[in-house]
Amino acid sequence: MADIHAYDAAPEAEFGDYVALLKPRVMSLVVFTAFVGLWIAPIDLHPFVAFCAVLFIALGGGASGALNMWYDADIDAVMRRTQSRPIPSGRVAPGEALAVGLALSGIAVMMLGLVANWFAAAFLAFTIFFYAVVYTVWLKRSTPQNIVIGGAAGAFPPMIGWACATGGISIESLLMFALIFFWTPPHFWALALFMKEDYHKAGVPMLTVTHGRPATRRHIFAYTLVLAPFALWLGLTSVGGPVYLAVAVVLNALFILGGWRILRRDEAAAEADHYAVEKRFFKLSLIYLFLHFLALLVQHGMGAW
Amino acid sequence: MGLANEHEIFRRRRSRNVGLALVLVAFVALVFGLTVVKVQQGDMMEGFDHQPRVSELPRDPAPAAEPAAEVPTAAPTTTEASQ
Repeated sequence: MADIHAYDAAPEAEFGDYVALLKPRVMSLVVFTAFVGLWIAPIDLHPFVAFCAVLFIALGGGASGALNMWYDADIDAVMRRTQSRPIPSGRVAPGEALAVGLALSGIAVMMLGLVANWFAAAFLAFTIFFYAVVYTVWLKRSTPQNIVIGGAAGAFPPMIGWACATGGISIESLLMFALIFFWTPPHFWALALFMKEDYHKAGVPMLTVTHGRPATRRHIFAYTLVLAPFALWLGLTSVGGPVYLAVAVVLNALFILGGWRILRRDEAAAEADHYAVEKRFFKLSLIYLFLHFLALLVQHGMGAW
Repeated sequence: MGLANEHEIFRRRRSRNVGLALVLVAFVALVFGLTVVKVQQGDMMEGFDHQPRVSELPRDPAPAAEPAAEVPTAAPTTTEASQ
């Protein structure tokens, strides 16, 4: 059958391509942590207001993802993992992604201000700015510490959720921030150890490229040590309790053990078993964060200290 | 098949159009729901209304006699007048 391919030069986007611009997988983390931050706060919100607040925090996170994809389209086109994203594959024009990102940022911030309060809205605006400008534009291509500082953007959502309910910041929300902030570097560096992407070809200074893999292993272990006190400290505040503390003790012991195992290996051993330990540590890091926030939720349901 | 055979591009366009329509409808429903909840909660809703705010005035220690007697008589007359 003879087909006429009149539009092959410019493949059109479908709705899912615009959804992909918002990085739905990152959004799921934002939704969960923002919800926990909002829910365990000492002031109760109407459930529908809480739902809307989390929705617009997630939309703001998605908007910053679209801005990130707009700016990083050149990097994404080089790396295999990201080549099929909407902009590098040509389905969404760069200018369109920029417009979507800016428009959704504005909508998300304004709506969060109307739904919750203007402090939370300003906090969301700052988070979008931090991820889209400070991390993506300034840090990502200039320093191997990009992940460390950029992790702050991913750590803000529970603080925004808390701010939606209380209208401010407190030690509990700062410790939830610290939990994600110090968790991010070992999580991403473990990924960098076994993904072996063409970061240098794309011009992204990952720690594995600039300082080598042994240094990356040391950094991972160091961050698991730094992370543990903050995770336990959170259990001693007003949102903590026996359930959370028990979960935190077990998970942090496992996390430090995993970091120690990564530290004790050299590349030859890792190559030999195809990075099994690193991959297991990466999976553990996902479970680690999820269970900490789930434990906060459960503890809130059972009554905190 | 013949004329019914569509190019794939129309499926993509329809997906965009339907998706956007659903998003807009959902947004309208969301704002409506929020309005209902915010009105029910009733906080932070007092706007400037070109007259002294009742909530700011001192409480009247001895409220005047019930003005309720006037209301039933007034209401029927206005409805009759309008008919």
